[in-house]
Amino acid sequence: MKGKLACAVLMAPFFLLLVTVFLIPTGTAVWLSFFAADQPGLGFGPESTVFVGLRSYGAVLSDPTFLGSLLTVVLYCLLYIPLMVAGALTLALLLDSGVAKLRSWAQMSLYLPHAVPGIIAALIWLYLYTPGLSPIIDLFAKADVQISFLGIDTVLPSIVNIALWSNLGYNMVIFYAALQAVPREVLEASVVDGAGPVKQALRIKAPLVRGAIVTVGIFTLIWALQLFTEPVLLSQSTPMISARFSPSMYIYDAAFTRNNYGLAAAASVVLLAFTVALSYGVTRWTNRKAA
Amino acid sequence: MTLLGRTTVNVVIGVSVLYTLLPVMWLVLAATKNVDALFNSDLFGGFSLVENVKNLFAMDKGLYPRWYLNSLLYAVVGAGVSAFISIAAGYAFDKYAFRHKEKLFGLVLAAVMVPQTVLALPLYLMASEAGLVNTFWAVFIPALFNPFGVYLGRIFSQGYVPDEVLEAARIDGASDLATYFRVAFRMLGPGVVTLFLFQLTTIWNNFFLPMVMLSDQKLYPVSLGLYQWNSSATVSPEYYPVVIMGSLFAVLPLILAFMLLQRFWKAGMTAGAVK
Repeated sequence: MKGKLACAVLMAPFFLLLVTVFLIPTGTAVWLSFFAADQPGLGFGPESTVFVGLRSYGAVLSDPTFLGSLLTVVLYCLLYIPLMVAGALTLALLLDSGVAKLRSWAQMSLYLPHAVPGIIAALIWLYLYTPGLSPIIDLFAKADVQISFLGIDTVLPSIVNIALWSNLGYNMVIFYAALQAVPREVLEASVVDGAGPVKQALRIKAPLVRGAIVTVGIFTLIWALQLFTEPVLLSQSTPMISARFSPSMYIYDAAFTRNNYGLAAAASVVLLAFTVALSYGVTRWTNRKAA
Repeated sequence: MTLLGRTTVNVVIGVSVLYTLLPVMWLVLAATKNVDALFNSDLFGGFSLVENVKNLFAMDKGLYPRWYLNSLLYAVVGAGVSAFISIAAGYAFDKYAFRHKEKLFGLVLAAVMVPQTVLALPLYLMASEAGLVNTFWAVFIPALFNPFGVYLGRIFSQGYVPDEVLEAARIDGASDLATYFRVAFRMLGPGVVTLFLFQLTTIWNNFFLPMVMLSDQKLYPVSLGLYQWNSSATVSPEYYPVVIMGSLFAVLPLILAFMLLQRFWKAGMTAGAVK
């Protein structure tokens, strides 16, 4: 009995938060998506809220700007996630290969961008993308190459680059830690079997850290689907990024610029369902491959 | 390994290190320059470091130091409180048995998946109902919630706190809560530091929620303040050196925290990933 009380006391603060800043808001988002503010004639009199069923969902799912934002974020994920996982894993394998010089210095330097807040990483790169400010553009100009990082075709890769820069080192450290846990005997056995360093890295080490790869992949996916900070900042400087560029920007725009809560809530629920479905799909797919 | 192989390995790592370091070095260099030198890409001319610092602190009647203090308050106090809350819940999940425990834990893990943007509008409406919109609390309270911290806390508790120690304390007649605070909590110390660091980073990075909740510039954290100044810079370029200098200052606390507490974040990341 005493134990139960202690358990409740230890859990209470967290569950209070879970209910107030997670469960109730999630429930509210779903609830809001079925209602709309109804202005009585001429906009006089009190505003009332009426049940509109799936109308907001219909509006969101037939809105080309919302579908466009979903497409953008899917393209972003397709470009970003493979680059991130492959890049971080390659770096971890190289650092683990035994021939890397100044290993801990290299790790620290690669990790450094993760200590730079997202908005500031975006600011630094925005300035490196801005003609006049950017030494990169100047360098290209000296070689007579005109380059625009914020053009219609380059803006998405430019955003991918910011995210890669911020998170490459962080994920590298996760992979590196997992590689350290690979039993030495397994590696020695593979050398006896005649595996060279490259073959050892790809055929022995990489499959043994599958768990870490899946974890990093799923966290990267969940995080990537929320794409907001980088495009919002870049949108201050380029017309190529509209106010509804990504689903999160669409939600912000619907809720706080257009004050259409029903629409924003429906878009939120769609984004949530999309995130859950994709994470679940990836988990199932990787589990089946393992079996 | 062949010489060619060795060289390739080190060249690839070297190029990657340049990729991560050069933008930060550009920030440091750019922070020392005045507007003209910035726009003429004059790499070494136009030195005005002291001037830039002065301008940063004086701009818009000294808003920046205020934002900085706000960020410190949101992040340091928030991460501290959040670490205590998460570790206690993680410990309880590890050491106690109760009905539907794993289902509840599944709910905690599910919370990790839910995008911030989905919760923002409802949180805004709730805060406005409670009269908390545009106050310190509207940003502070939601940032305390760290479900991933509970997950890590449970792993730390499994690893650091042996059941025998708790059993011994129980036989000595200590109550469960006294045991937690006097015995277990001390063993969980490194885990608490790890959770603190993780949440410190998250809150220092926090941008979306303050953007939704705050309209009073005096309550802004650094991230939101610099965002606003950057939009002013597109109209009046004298903001550029200030934003650059402000960014440089805003990067320092986290780099400092990571350097001082290096071994703790590595422990946390390993625990989270290898599982």
